[in-house]
Amino acid sequence: MKRRGNDVTTWLLGLPGLLWLLALFVVPTLLVVLIAFKPSDLYGGTQAGWTVAAWGKLWSPGFGRILLRTLGLALLTTLLCLVPSVPCAYFLARQPPQRRNLWLLLVILPFWTSLLVRVLAWKVLLHPEGFFKKVLVWLYLVDANAVLLYNTPTVLLVQVYAFLPFALLPIYAAAEKVDFTLMEAARDLGAGPAAAFFRIFVPAVAGGIWGAVAMVFIPALGSYVIPDLVGGPSSELIGNKIAQRTFTDRNLPLAAALATCLMLAVLPPMLLALGRRRGNREGLY
Amino acid sequence: MKQERWPGLIFAGVLLFFYVPMVVVVANSFNASRFGTRWQGFTFDWYAKLFADRGIWDAFVNTLIVGGAASLAAVVLGTLSALCLHRARGFLLRFKFGLVYLPLAVPDILMGISLLLMFVMVRVELGFTTIILAHGCFCTSYVAMVVLARLQDFDFSTMEAARDLGASPVQAGLRVLFPQLAPGIFSGALLAFSLSVDDYVITFFVAGPGATTLPLRVYSMIKHGAPPLINALSTLILAATFLLVGLALRFRNKEHTP
Repeated sequence: MKRRGNDVTTWLLGLPGLLWLLALFVVPTLLVVLIAFKPSDLYGGTQAGWTVAAWGKLWSPGFGRILLRTLGLALLTTLLCLVPSVPCAYFLARQPPQRRNLWLLLVILPFWTSLLVRVLAWKVLLHPEGFFKKVLVWLYLVDANAVLLYNTPTVLLVQVYAFLPFALLPIYAAAEKVDFTLMEAARDLGAGPAAAFFRIFVPAVAGGIWGAVAMVFIPALGSYVIPDLVGGPSSELIGNKIAQRTFTDRNLPLAAALATCLMLAVLPPMLLALGRRRGNREGLY
Repeated sequence: MKQERWPGLIFAGVLLFFYVPMVVVVANSFNASRFGTRWQGFTFDWYAKLFADRGIWDAFVNTLIVGGAASLAAVVLGTLSALCLHRARGFLLRFKFGLVYLPLAVPDILMGISLLLMFVMVRVELGFTTIILAHGCFCTSYVAMVVLARLQDFDFSTMEAARDLGASPVQAGLRVLFPQLAPGIFSGALLAFSLSVDDYVITFFVAGPGATTLPLRVYSMIKHGAPPLINALSTLILAATFLLVGLALRFRNKEHTP
């Protein structure tokens, strides 16, 4: 059944989904860019005509700081997720199958656990009277008056916690297919354990690492829940600003302009990930 | 070859990092102390209070309705999309694949704000309908991906055999292809449902004043503090998740061992 073009059946099968996603994904996305150039009205809507007023309001040092913070935090989150994920994937891939399934289950569970519940857990843990704080005070690591919540390092910590399973699983999926006899060959030829790990294993799972980067970096750029729940005013990200402009002062064009900026930031990594995915359609699932 | 020890140590550290916070939440949900600062005895009080809270029950029912409706739409549209993708070549394949893939990659907040802006522009009243539409959108992509992966293992010569033996295309589809695809469709539906009942950000943007789902409720409880109740609710959510993941994995393993 080799064909060149697409027959009518193929088009008919695709049409409902095509229209659905055009209406609920493509049109709204384009609308964001359009509304960013509309004047706002007093009632939280938009008026006729076109303006760059929203963009003028964005052009401020405050916004530059937020943009840099968002980018920096997303990069750091990605890096801190990758560093433990690669050796963990190595460990998992080298386990005997029976034990490996158990370990894997323990990684998959947090992957599926509600983000809100996992953020709450850290709020409980870092609470001024909480368990973690007491341990740190007892170890003389922090002052009894130190505040562990509502700052940028805490946002980073919780983001790493939230995204780590998303980094680990794609790298493990790649590690599972690695031919470990190559590492043994490298060792036999005189490479140390570190050299074998970094020059054989890491390049062999590079595809998984790129998958992990896409799974962590893109959502981290759009992070909103975590900075809102465990961050303070000094750790607001672009996502928080979008929500504030939408719900607090109801300036939809300004929210749309912010969203356009975020879109431009996620576009390059997203297209990169899409390109990689088309090469290998199997992916995670 | 001697096995190095440090990857195992790092993995043990990661597991501790994953589970210690969850264990603390579960433990605190049985703690009589209101702020969970120290252990003041075992209690089921928070669970009793939770079950007596009508608002939480309403939100729970809303969540199930939204999840059910969205995954139903997603199963139909996603399966059709996967069938199309499997057959398509050239432009249609590239365009359709991009269209199905991008909603999976785009950050939630972008999907939320863009849908909100569209609903405001076309003057749809925010509420159940808008939440179901929004969830139906991203769920469709997930179902399509899962079914597509399943289709790649399907041997289409069995369809041709059915046709040669006199089955109509519809008969062959329903009696040969569908039974083979059913597990994929089922796991796609399960995935869609669990993503829908768990979604906060997109729901937050497109929910009207009348329609509150469980994640919206949980969020405001975390944000505005209802400490012991939210620990109890979180423990139940954790238990439900673990149960569902266990079932899904068991289901999948059974399938792999014929």
